[in-house]
Amino acid sequence: MSEPKNGEVRIGVYVCHCGANIADTVDVKAVAEYAASLPGVVVARDYKYMCSDPGQELIQEDIHNLSLNRVVVAACSPSLHENTFRGAAERAGLNPFFVQMVNIREHDSWVHSDREAATEKAKDLVRAAVRRVYFHKPLEKRRVPIHSEVLVVGGGIAGIHAALTVANSGKRVYLVEREPTIGGHMAQYDKTFPTLDCAACILTPKMSAVKAHPNITLWTYSEVVSVDGSVGDYKVVVKRKPRYVREDLCIGCLQCIDACVFKEAKFDDEFNLGLSKRKPIYIPFPQATPKVVVIDPEACIQLRTGKCKKTCLEACAERGAIDFEQQEIYEEIHVGSIIIATGYQTFDPRRLPQYGYGKYPNVYTTLEVERLVNASGPTGGQVITRDGRVPKSVGFILCVGSRDERTNRWCSRVCCMTSLKLAHLVKEHTGAEVFIFYIDMRAAGKGYEEFYQRVLNEGVHFVRGRVAEITDWAMDPSEEGKLVARVEDTNTGFVRRIPLDMVVLAVGIEPQSDALNVQRLFGIGCSMDGFFLEKHPKLAPAPTYTDGIFIAGVCQGPKDIPDSVMQAGYAAAEAIALADTGYFELEPNTAYIIEEECSGCKTCIPLCPYQAITFNEEKGKASINEVLCKGCGTCVAACPSGSIKQNLFEDEEIFSEIEGVLAYA
Amino acid sequence: MEDRPITDKLVTSADWEPLIVAFFCNWCTYTAADLAGVSRMGYDHNVRVIRVMCSGRVDPQFVLDAFAHGADGVLIGGCHPGDCHYVEGNYKTLRRYYLLKRVLRDLGIEEGRLRLEWIAASEGEKVAKTINEMVEQVRALGPLRLTRRFKEWDAELASIEAQARSEEVATHA
Repeated sequence: MSEPKNGEVRIGVYVCHCGANIADTVDVKAVAEYAASLPGVVVARDYKYMCSDPGQELIQEDIHNLSLNRVVVAACSPSLHENTFRGAAERAGLNPFFVQMVNIREHDSWVHSDREAATEKAKDLVRAAVRRVYFHKPLEKRRVPIHSEVLVVGGGIAGIHAALTVANSGKRVYLVEREPTIGGHMAQYDKTFPTLDCAACILTPKMSAVKAHPNITLWTYSEVVSVDGSVGDYKVVVKRKPRYVREDLCIGCLQCIDACVFKEAKFDDEFNLGLSKRKPIYIPFPQATPKVVVIDPEACIQLRTGKCKKTCLEACAERGAIDFEQQEIYEEIHVGSIIIATGYQTFDPRRLPQYGYGKYPNVYTTLEVERLVNASGPTGGQVITRDGRVPKSVGFILCVGSRDERTNRWCSRVCCMTSLKLAHLVKEHTGAEVFIFYIDMRAAGKGYEEFYQRVLNEGVHFVRGRVAEITDWAMDPSEEGKLVARVEDTNTGFVRRIPLDMVVLAVGIEPQSDALNVQRLFGIGCSMDGFFLEKHPKLAPAPTYTDGIFIAGVCQGPKDIPDSVMQAGYAAAEAIALADTGYFELEPNTAYIIEEECSGCKTCIPLCPYQAITFNEEKGKASINEVLCKGCGTCVAACPSGSIKQNLFEDEEIFSEIEGVLAYA
Repeated sequence: MEDRPITDKLVTSADWEPLIVAFFCNWCTYTAADLAGVSRMGYDHNVRVIRVMCSGRVDPQFVLDAFAHGADGVLIGGCHPGDCHYVEGNYKTLRRYYLLKRVLRDLGIEEGRLRLEWIAASEGEKVAKTINEMVEQVRALGPLRLTRRFKEWDAELASIEAQARSEEVATHA
């Protein structure tokens, strides 16, 4: 039934109420009545929910009973339900590309309040679609095969979980992490809220599972440098940075570290945020995975000057794992899909000088205190200030760099719970009096509110008010030698001065500083705040607008460990489903050339970003490789002889749409 | 389908309202317009959006056609430079836009009637703001009346030709 008998076009128009979403602002009955009067329209109906089963059946029955060969659905955005209505047409035996959607919800009823104007606009848009659909042609979806391999970028908890899930389904996974070890931020935590289970006890088994998994190729200290291709067949180049230690030979005995010519560790240890020191040859932390040492080329005398006694080399003589000649290696891999889990960075509190971070040694960030309370941290789990005292009073300042027009507008979602957890742990470790300065407490999650109650009952003081200033200027003897938080307690209305031995800033979460580069490298979008953009905030929070690329964890937006793991599992499920289907259906909106009309001017050739257009010297004509064509239509717009067409966006279709919205019938 | 006469009903009515045709790319600006909708960011109703996959698909003829059929303004929305879903379609749009502006100037169509704006998928607010600004700008310029101008030009041309013909007849006589 795809082609009308004797060329007759029979259009059905369906106007959706979307409950009250459209019908409250647009007179849907009037739109349907108007549509019925348009040339070629055989039937026009309105219905409460077109996308529901009965709504779709309505269309299918009409296709059967009225021999419709064109369908116009005026409802929501095509990005939401185009596939729904194409499917309905297909089930009724009509080629799905004879369907045109009109966006009278997102682009009309939801943005206008004037009922008359909104109804007129809906009529214009419907008229344009009716005119457009007249020129539609039956098209076929092209299928591209999917490589089953999956690339996971980022080895934090989200990347680890995604990689394990995909690998457990039997697919090959490449996990690329730029640091020398996987583990991400979670590896730096001591306990996790609200259960207080030890982060290492739940994370490190997963890290070793990654290392041991036969389906996972783990590349740490590596970065993706280029991405080519498209869904099903991404060609990715990964740069493997030299760690100057051969991963295949090092057994992690750490004798080289003892043997290093530096007797004392004197370089800032990144993992402990500079709270401890390391040598030029080091391992980030004892459970690092892979358990392979790494040499910092900025600190190593041999690598800087070539004039070291190389005592490490001697210590490793038997195995010969140390290799000062190691170079960067570039590996090319082919994968069907990509999961991006590149995480976040914490807000730098130096940007808010009133809190004295970097000025007063006893002002810390939450991440630093995580290391202090950790038994394997720089102090062996002792909470002591930088001047070596056990604090008697500790204050946590919430929303540092979050929910603030001057810094980051968003709520970082985990700082309340992190502070509650650390308040509990600090109190447990030191018996100190603990204050939490908050503007709102947010404890939304399973068991979270209960944890807040528990910390309240433990006697932690909650002061509602944004701290104005941290100062070391004492007004009376009780403040001597202490830091003082100046804060208006908005529950009582008094301005208070609270002397503290230690101040902890609950720093917010923000996108990685190079998130923009990553976004461009993979061709995905960013939202206003710089976190990666999901395809749909509610219904597709892991896919992106680029087919075959998924996002998981905090790179998509602030979230805690359980939410990161859930999203990672979802991203993995999408990647597995794609690989198991074995193919991906592409929109047929590619361009093609009417050879007889091509003058051979070659205008189109340099315009194509995918090198899909070549010139046939013999014929003197251009030709388009539809497998390479992604369907942007740039060549179509440029062709001076009008001999290039784009499926679904043919000139006739767009011209009739333009004239349709402008024809005041 | 029968050929419909081009009318300019709105142009002749007293309560003229500017009408803007917008070509939005599927990936950034159309999605941003969807976001404006989802977020209920109200804006002027005088805009009609036509979806294309890339702003690079916007043939200058589409713009001329829109003006010729009664549009008072044309808005093109694409992804920010560097963010194009098709690598660099928006740069090609930008080049065409500058060339087209020159052509429009020669046709006597004011600069402010054509606008190109980079609007990312997350910039729903920018869609609303741009449309409102553009409607105000075009409102200030007044109706384009290109369809009527075409008729006037045609009439003028016909009278000149008729005059030339009659002079020719007179010379030969």
